Amino acid sequence: MLRAIDLECIRGTRRLFDGVSFALEPGECLFVQGPNGCGKTSLLRILCGLARPERGEVHWNAEPIRAVGEQYRAALAYCGHANALKDDLTPAENLLAAAALAGEPMQRGRARSALAALGVEQLDALPVRALSAGQKRRVALARLALTERRLWILDEPLTSLDVGAAATLAGLVDAHLGRGGIAVLTSHQPIELRVEARIFAFA
Amino acid sequence: MNEPSVVSAIAGVIRRDLLLAARRKSEPLFTLGFFVLVASLFPLSIGPEPELLRRVAPGVLWVAALLAAMLSLGRMFAADYDDGTLESIALAPVPLVAAVLGKVAAHWLVSGFPLVVVSPLLALQYGLPADVIAMLMISLLIGTPVLSLVGAIGAALTLGVRGGGVLVALLVLPLYVPTLIFGAGAVDARLAGLDPGANLSLLGACLALAALFAPPAIAAGVRIALE
Repeated sequence: MLRAIDLECIRGTRRLFDGVSFALEPGECLFVQGPNGCGKTSLLRILCGLARPERGEVHWNAEPIRAVGEQYRAALAYCGHANALKDDLTPAENLLAAAALAGEPMQRGRARSALAALGVEQLDALPVRALSAGQKRRVALARLALTERRLWILDEPLTSLDVGAAATLAGLVDAHLGRGGIAVLTSHQPIELRVEARIFAFA
Repeated sequence: MNEPSVVSAIAGVIRRDLLLAARRKSEPLFTLGFFVLVASLFPLSIGPEPELLRRVAPGVLWVAALLAAMLSLGRMFAADYDDGTLESIALAPVPLVAAVLGKVAAHWLVSGFPLVVVSPLLALQYGLPADVIAMLMISLLIGTPVLSLVGAIGAALTLGVRGGGVLVALLVLPLYVPTLIFGAGAVDARLAGLDPGANLSLLGACLALAALFAPPAIAAGVRIALE
């Protein structure tokens, strides 16, 4: 399904990594580990197609992601460092806006149940500006529960989450893998999954 | 699941940006206030000679509109870039060109169209006759979308650049020149009792060209900024 072939990434004058290859099949999870600044985020951005690798290719269903652009993006859910939330909108408005600008408008009820999955449905009267860092992160992650995507790419999803929310997220990832989804994630904290995650460690 | 639709993606971007503008009214009001102030400074500084004011009105009003439109370019993509929503727009399963077209349309509705609406009031300060005021509105109606389209290229190219605001001005103002010439020219022609048709046609041609070529350029600029 998802294959990274001999990826090389250069930032400025520094070679971050070289010869990164792996393949993930449905139901598999890749846990990318390594110290700060070793290129975890760069790798994830290359996997999404946001950044271009210096060398190498990312394949989805045996086709380069550049070639199947929209089809690939329709299968992809990405949660980056930034929460991609609008401060002036409420959580539900944020989710609805995100769905609409992906060309998949939906009912308010769907957004509410996605927020409920992350335990933040009661915050819907407030603009995101008024939420705490952890609550914002939960709203951002609620997007995963909003639409059915085959591939989840999560960059430090546990940042500022409490223990309960971390367990909720682990449950979501488990259910996703159980449905035959694929997940790639980075984290400095351990994340308790039922499935044994494959580990990719940067030297 | 339904196929992601390009039309609903464009509508989604427009609706979101209008909602944001409604939540944060200060930014569109700044643009409008700037236009009103600049256009009002000229009669104060030039003096109350009706003939002179009428002569300079088309140029002055068009330059004021152009500067006001430029003022709002800085935030066009920068806010989305800062909070990460630009990434999610770029990763949406619809062509990026569609999303940027929505951004440009929303920008025009929030920052361009209000200029067209208030322009008759400002034209009164210059003592323009009614038919010339109508021509001013028509020329702004055709011209301000060009300002949004061309300006968006500059806004996308300067994303993430320090001092981007000044750079946008330097990049975009020269590209505004044809729009300014034909827009002010149409009003001038009507004021002189000539046929403004040629200028309007050329202004329309500017709009057609910008609508065709600007969106891919904006999308490319956004993609470079995200990389």
